[in-house]
Amino acid sequence: MSDVRIITGNEAASLAVKLVKPHVIAAYPITPQTSLSEKLSTYVESGELRAEYVRVEGEHSALTVCISASTVGARVFTATSANGLLYMHEQIHWAAGSRLPIVMCCVNRGVGAPWSIFNDQQDSFSQRDAGWIQMYCRNNQEIIDTIIQAYRIAESVYIPVMVCYDGFVLSHTMMPVEIPEESTVREYLPPYKPHTEISPEHPRTVNPVFFPWRRENAEGVLCDGYMEMRYKLQAALLDSAPVIERASDEFARLFGRDHGGMIWEYLTEDADILLTGMGSIAAETTVAVDALRKEGIKAGAVGIRVFRPFPISEVRNAFARAKMIVVFEKCVSYGFTGGMSTDLKSALYGSEVKAPVHNYISGIGGRDVKARELSEAVASSIEMMERGDRDNKTFWLNCHTG
Amino acid sequence: MQENIFRINETEYILPGNRSCQGCGLSLAYRFILKALRENTIVAIPPSCLCVLHGLYPVCSVIVPAINITFAGNAASASGIVAALKALNRPDITVLALTGDGGTYDMGIQSLSGAAERNTDFIFACYDNEAYMNTGTQRSGATPMGALTTTTPILTKQEKKKDLIKIMEAHDIPYLATVSPAYPADLYDKFVKAKRIKGTRYIHIDTPCPPGWGYPAKDTVRIGKLAVETGVFPLFEIEDGKFRFTGRSETLAKKGKRQPVVSYVERQSRFKKMSIEQLNRFQHHVDSRWDEFVRRAES
Ligand SMILES: Cc1ncc(C[n+]2csc(CCOP(=O)(O)OP(=O)(O)O)c2C)c(N)n1
Ligand code: SF4
Repeated sequence: MSDVRIITGNEAASLAVKLVKPHVIAAYPITPQTSLSEKLSTYVESGELRAEYVRVEGEHSALTVCISASTVGARVFTATSANGLLYMHEQIHWAAGSRLPIVMCCVNRGVGAPWSIFNDQQDSFSQRDAGWIQMYCRNNQEIIDTIIQAYRIAESVYIPVMVCYDGFVLSHTMMPVEIPEESTVREYLPPYKPHTEISPEHPRTVNPVFFPWRRENAEGVLCDGYMEMRYKLQAALLDSAPVIERASDEFARLFGRDHGGMIWEYLTEDADILLTGMGSIAAETTVAVDALRKEGIKAGAVGIRVFRPFPISEVRNAFARAKMIVVFEKCVSYGFTGGMSTDLKSALYGSEVKAPVHNYISGIGGRDVKARELSEAVASSIEMMERGDRDNKTFWLNCHTG
Repeated sequence: MQENIFRINETEYILPGNRSCQGCGLSLAYRFILKALRENTIVAIPPSCLCVLHGLYPVCSVIVPAINITFAGNAASASGIVAALKALNRPDITVLALTGDGGTYDMGIQSLSGAAERNTDFIFACYDNEAYMNTGTQRSGATPMGALTTTTPILTKQEKKKDLIKIMEAHDIPYLATVSPAYPADLYDKFVKAKRIKGTRYIHIDTPCPPGWGYPAKDTVRIGKLAVETGVFPLFEIEDGKFRFTGRSETLAKKGKRQPVVSYVERQSRFKKMSIEQLNRFQHHVDSRWDEFVRRAES
C-alpha cells in the first residue's frame, strides 16, 4: 500500500532526508528553508531519525560541518536559501574541490539587496560554476524523489549535489505526494560506504597546498598538480550525465515514477515551438503548452532537470526540429541575458539547431507567473518570428518600469 | 598531575624536514602537543603556517590524520568531525583544532564561539604568533600595541591586543589553559589533561616566531621564557572556573620577581618603533593583569 500524503515541499524534503538516514545534519534557518530544518530537528529529537544534528551559528559553518563530517566518512545533509547559500560560497567550492558526496537542498529565493523573501533562482544560479551537480524540481513529488536520487548520484561520482526547488511556490505549497517505502529506498540506496575516509587507521592530510605542476611523492610516484585535480573534477562532472540517467531509470524501475533524467519532455514529438525552463516554472510551461495547443499552435515543453552538468546532447536532440525556442527563467546573468538561455544558446551553437531562442525573465523576487502570461508571451514571440524578426531576444515578463 | 619530563611520549609525530622556519615556536609546540595527544587524534587545520608545516602535496610531514579547511571554518570543521565520530561510533578519538591567532581572533571567532557555546567535545588550541605570519606578518587582532607589521609598517599597531582568553572564559567552558613551547613539560601536561576532559577545551599557546618578531632563530626558547618571566604571558589554567598559576608563573606569583617588560621588548625588532608611552602602557597593562590573576589565584 503506497502512502500518499498532502504535504508541503519542505515536508517532502524532510521525509526524503529521514528515509536516506544521514549521519550528520547541520543547518541554519533562512526563509523559505526554515521549516525544513525545523522538521529535521523534530525527527532527531523525537528519535525518529538517528543522526547528529549540529545547530550551527551560520551557513558557512553549516557546510563546513558537512564537509568535515563527510571527510571522516559520514553521510551528511544541509539546506539553505538565498543569502545563506551565498554566505556558504567559499565552502561550496571547498566541498566540490574535496570531491565529497554532500547533498544540499537550495530552497530558491531572491538574493538581497534589497531583501526579498520570495522566489527566484538567482541564488543557485550564482553558484553554477562551483563544480556541483544542480538538479531542479517541478513539484513536491519530485523533491522527495530527487533527494533520494541525489544521494545515489553523489555517492557514485563523488560530486556534491544541490537539489533546488522554488521557495513558497513549492516549499510552502501542499500537494499530494507518494512517500517511498523505506525498504525500497534501502534497496535503491544501500547504507553509505565512504570512499573518502580519514581516521587514525588511515592517517593522511587532506586538501593540503598543491603546486601548479606535478610532483613526485616519497615513493617516486608522479602525482597531480592543482590543474590536474581541477581537470578531473571537470571530467567527472561531464561524465556524470549517464550516471544521472541510470539513477533516474533505476528509480523509475523500483518506485514506478519517472521524472526524466537530464531533461524531460512534454508533447514534443510534433512540436514546432518549444518552451523550456527549470523548476516550478517549467511545470507551468506544460499548462501553457496545453493552452497553445488549443489555439492550434504546435507547442511542446522541454524541462531542464539537471543544469550542471548541462545536458548538451539532450537539448541538441530535443530541440532538433524546433522552429522557435522560448526560455522562461527566474535568473539573470547581469550584464548579459537570462542565465539559463545563455547556457542553452551556447550548447546549441554549432549544432543543427538554428531556431531563434527567445528569453523571458520572469517571476523575479516572487512576481506571479501565470500560465496564461507564458502562452501570451509565446504567441508574441511567434508573431515576431513570422514578421521575419529571427533574432535571439530577451524580455522581462510582467515588469513595468518607467 | 604532572608528567616527568623523562616520561614524555617518545614517539615523534612530526617528521624532521617539515616546512616551518628555523626556530619556529609553532613546530616546537606542535611536536609536544601531538606527543601528549598521541595518534588517536584528528586535527583540523586552517590556512596558516601550520598548513604549510604539514606539507605540500604529495609530501606530508605529520603522521596524524588532518583535514585542511578554510580560514573561517576551523572550529566548525572540528564540530563536523566530532559529530561524524559520534554518529559512526568512534568515541576514542581526540579532535584538535589548531589555529593561528588570525584564524582565532579574527576570521575564526564566529565558529569558535559557536562551537564553544555548544560545548562541542574538542580541543581548540590557538597558536598565537601575534600576526598573520603565513601571508607575511600583517597585523591581527592579537598583535600587541606598538608592534611593527607589514600593515602597520610606519606608525606601529595603535590598538591593544584583544583579550581572547577573557572572551573564551566567558563561554564557561570546562577547561582553559595557557602554554608556551619554552616550557614543554607544562605544555605536555596540560594537553594530557585536556585530552581527558569532555567538552570544549581552549588552550592558548604563546608562539614566538623569529621572522615575524625579529629575533635570531636560536632565541625562540629565550624569548618564550622572557614572555613568562616578565608576566607578558603568564602560564595558568582555569578548570571549572577555578584559576591556578602553573610552572614558572606559579613560582613568580609566590616569589614576586617579575622582570620588566622592556627586557622582552628590546630583543625583538618588531618593537623597535615602540614609543616610551606605549612601553609604559604595556608595562601598566601587564602589571594590572598580573595583579588580577594573583588575586584570583589567592581567592
Ligand atoms: C578567506 C581568506 N582570506 C584570506 C586568506 C589568506 N590567509 C591565509 S593564511 C592567513 C593568515 C593566517 O594567520 P594566522 O591565523 O595568524 O596564522 P599564521 O599564518 O600566523 O600561522 C591569511 C590572511 C585566506 N586563506 N582565506
Ligand atoms: S613565520 Fe613564524 S610561525 Fe610561521 S613557520 Fe616561520 S617561524 Fe613558524
